[in-house]
Amino acid sequence: MARLQLNRGLRIDAAKKQVADQLGLAVRDIADPIVMSEVREDLNIFRVSEGPGTVDGMAAKINIARKLDIEINCVNLFKKRTGLAF
Amino acid sequence: MANILTRTGDGYHLEMTEDEVRRDIDKGIQDAVDRAGVAPLEQDEIQHLLEIFKCPDKIVGVESGKEVCLSYDGMASKIRRAHIIINRVQTLQVFERALAADSLELTHIDYSYKPVKPIVGFELPDLDLVLNSTVAPVFYGAMPNLGLYSQPDGPCPNPADLLPLGKIEEARRSYEAAIELAVSDIVYVASQMYEAGVDGINIDTVGAAGDADFLAALLATEKLKRKYPGIGIEMGMAGEFVLGMHGELTYQGVRLAGLYPQDQVRMAEKAGATIFGPAINIVTSGSLPWNIARSVTFTKACSAVSSIPVHANLGMGVCGIPLALTVPVDALSRASKAHVEICRLDGL
Repeated sequence: MARLQLNRGLRIDAAKKQVADQLGLAVRDIADPIVMSEVREDLNIFRVSEGPGTVDGMAAKINIARKLDIEINCVNLFKKRTGLAF
Repeated sequence: MANILTRTGDGYHLEMTEDEVRRDIDKGIQDAVDRAGVAPLEQDEIQHLLEIFKCPDKIVGVESGKEVCLSYDGMASKIRRAHIIINRVQTLQVFERALAADSLELTHIDYSYKPVKPIVGFELPDLDLVLNSTVAPVFYGAMPNLGLYSQPDGPCPNPADLLPLGKIEEARRSYEAAIELAVSDIVYVASQMYEAGVDGINIDTVGAAGDADFLAALLATEKLKRKYPGIGIEMGMAGEFVLGMHGELTYQGVRLAGLYPQDQVRMAEKAGATIFGPAINIVTSGSLPWNIARSVTFTKACSAVSSIPVHANLGMGVCGIPLALTVPVDALSRASKAHVEICRLDGL
């Protein structure tokens, strides 16, 4: 939601609805730590965990940009600098 | 009927009857209405405020479904300030992973764009590490702080020396020269940060040096949005009223001196800001019911006309938060709940 506010200037209700719609969730679920822990783990967008294979940092942001169809400045720079396309 | 335990604007406890709280709420609303020409709160909103103060719980919270995003100022110094030796990258990680921050902010301890300019190259490695080790959006934040451009700290003649001598035109020219320098510094630092991957720029404590300070922030925002259309810019204010230290400065035909939050946000929006942060002054001798009712009235009017997200500056000494280094959580949570629920805010 913070990214949609900061980079698209969306107000809170619109930002919540867009995130919920794109994740296929109800709006109330996106503030629920139990639901979102599972969603974060399934989508590889980082969750606090002691387990192996946690997707963090740039990898998580690449997945967020793709899943929410948003531009993330450092992800775009990463792609440009590595020549990777995804 | 038990008295209501609340506080004054400096944080000290104050016991009031329900009637006294209700009267202070009404007076606080009326003060904002008289000053800013905004609409008063509705009766159900006044009743809601009263219920927030009557609630005996130490901590209150927003209703489910009304959660908002948080942005910050001076984030990188907050944990060091508690005498905990931690670097800035770790500080931001703690905020994200231990304190559930929705956004992060890399900051220099001298929180102004002017001192950052010569050392910006030493800020970029930390930004790189933050961007690679966190997930939340990252701001780079600092203040325009126009005061740093006048003598003896800067090159411009000091308007505070010129004005008592009646040299009003000279003082105005000095402010205008300072605006140009500040815009150049903000744009330089923000450009370096954006080209290194930052998500947004926080231009904070805007208007601290009056209308010239506000104009510098607006012009810098405008330039940055033209240069980088995707950049996010949060503009947080220093106070409820733009002081007319110059008096004749305008932005897109609107005189900046004397603007209240409902007009400040329109200017920020026109310049290209994507988040706006109103700051309502605290009156330390007033009760919190008076201060919070007053702040909510200003802020509701601001949020009502805004088409961009509004993150009210609920920090020490503004928006109904007591002016105290250790803010009492009963006061903090009541002010936050009142602002979010009544003003339908997007964040704090």
